[in-house]
Amino acid sequence: MKKVVLDDKAIDRALARIAHEIIERNKGTEKLVILGIPTRGYHLALRLQNKIEEIEGVHLPTGAVDATLYRDDLGIKKDQPSLKKMDIPISIDGKKIIMVDDVLFTGRTIRAAMNALMDFGRPLAIQLAVLVDRGHRELPIKADYVGKNIPTSMKEGVKVHLFETDGINEVVVEPAQEAKQG
Amino acid sequence: MRLKRKDLLGIEELERDEIELLLSTAESFKEVSEREIKKVPTLRGRTIINLFYEASTRTRTSFEIAAKRMSADAINISVSTSSVVKGETLRDTAKNLEAMRPDCIVVRHSSSGTPRMLSRYLACPVVNAGDGAHEHPSQALLDLLTVKEKLGSTDGIKISIIGDITHSRVARSNIYGFTKMGAEVTVAGPPTMLPPGIEKLGCRATTSMEEAIRGADVLMMLRIQSERQAEPLFPSVREYSRLYGLDEAKLRAAKKDVLILHPGPINRGVEISPDIADGPYSLILDQVTNGVAVRMAIFYLLLGGVKEGLQEGVKA
Repeated sequence: MKKVVLDDKAIDRALARIAHEIIERNKGTEKLVILGIPTRGYHLALRLQNKIEEIEGVHLPTGAVDATLYRDDLGIKKDQPSLKKMDIPISIDGKKIIMVDDVLFTGRTIRAAMNALMDFGRPLAIQLAVLVDRGHRELPIKADYVGKNIPTSMKEGVKVHLFETDGINEVVVEPAQEAKQG
Repeated sequence: MRLKRKDLLGIEELERDEIELLLSTAESFKEVSEREIKKVPTLRGRTIINLFYEASTRTRTSFEIAAKRMSADAINISVSTSSVVKGETLRDTAKNLEAMRPDCIVVRHSSSGTPRMLSRYLACPVVNAGDGAHEHPSQALLDLLTVKEKLGSTDGIKISIIGDITHSRVARSNIYGFTKMGAEVTVAGPPTMLPPGIEKLGCRATTSMEEAIRGADVLMMLRIQSERQAEPLFPSVREYSRLYGLDEAKLRAAKKDVLILHPGPINRGVEISPDIADGPYSLILDQVTNGVAVRMAIFYLLLGGVKEGLQEGVKA
């Protein structure tokens, strides 16, 4: 039985708050670049770009950072994860990167994405924004901006559905299914 | 998604969804070659051996660069500098190389079927880099990628493959590849270079150059493979060039936005005139660029997953 933990409105409010927090914490938008982890992290990145533009009137460079080629489980998983798009719109040297993903879980995707980013240059800083933090970290990684903390058991699955990819905006917790990669 | 096989031996045995997976993966890999640091750690610690029994510049370099851009260690063996000259059999060479635990062997050989034979002896994936007049799957994949990039899709397009069809592994792999991907394939050349029964592969055959050119979205010119012709199949190079070489005059019959491919090496002035090879319709160098991405995709999909089940069907 699935449980909706965030609906359309709640997701929108969470993103609006995160947008404000990003601006507040960085004292504006100078040097900021938003990079989402495909697929859903990228769409969340585009939404944050819009929110920040509504607040500050600044259109931040926004792109995608695909962590697939840097994963640590390529020889372990039965199916090779399909490659997504890498789209770094400008040089990231000296920039403050806001990395965006839908669910923060083990932290391994974020580790891989940071390694990928380092191959493109030397950012001034990397900050992490996630819609959901479900716990169970396996690496010392922590989000700077969190839409909602959702304590889960390892057996539960957390699914983020976005209008752009799934036709609906919601975050659901599904009991006892294979743990989602995070 | 994954490939349903341990080896890449030919396009003939691939299903359409596997070709699509290879192409979409290759599209993603193109970006790596555009970076300042052209390397990803994906195949770190893997060893790939390029075993080439025939001359090659493009294909061998392309496989080597693909392996290196994915952080694999690539070793090239060409026959002239190997123990083959001391009389070692192919099978012994392969078994000895396998004893050094490579993760993949890429093989090119003048005899059709060599990669398949090796794949039965070897536990590691075998990639066919061209075997005799049989198949050259990575070439067909890079041709498909090049056309798909330009036209958006290969479904319903018309492609004519022109030249020495009999001796061309590129032609065979492309006939399989393009027909599986929904294209209409015509092969053309002088009667001595058109194998009887080639239509059984699902293509049309014609000896008329004009018929091949008219209405085609893509023209693929092939090199005359003198090294595979026991006796000459045409009276003179000049005559061949006059009748079947692609030049400005013959191109007038073509669609105005026709795309021109050639697997290389080109013989300027024989099957293609220099102004066409270097002209605006030519995608020859795009093909080479795409070759690296396609080979990265092949390595990723063959070496990426777990190794279980690979021992099946291995007869030492």
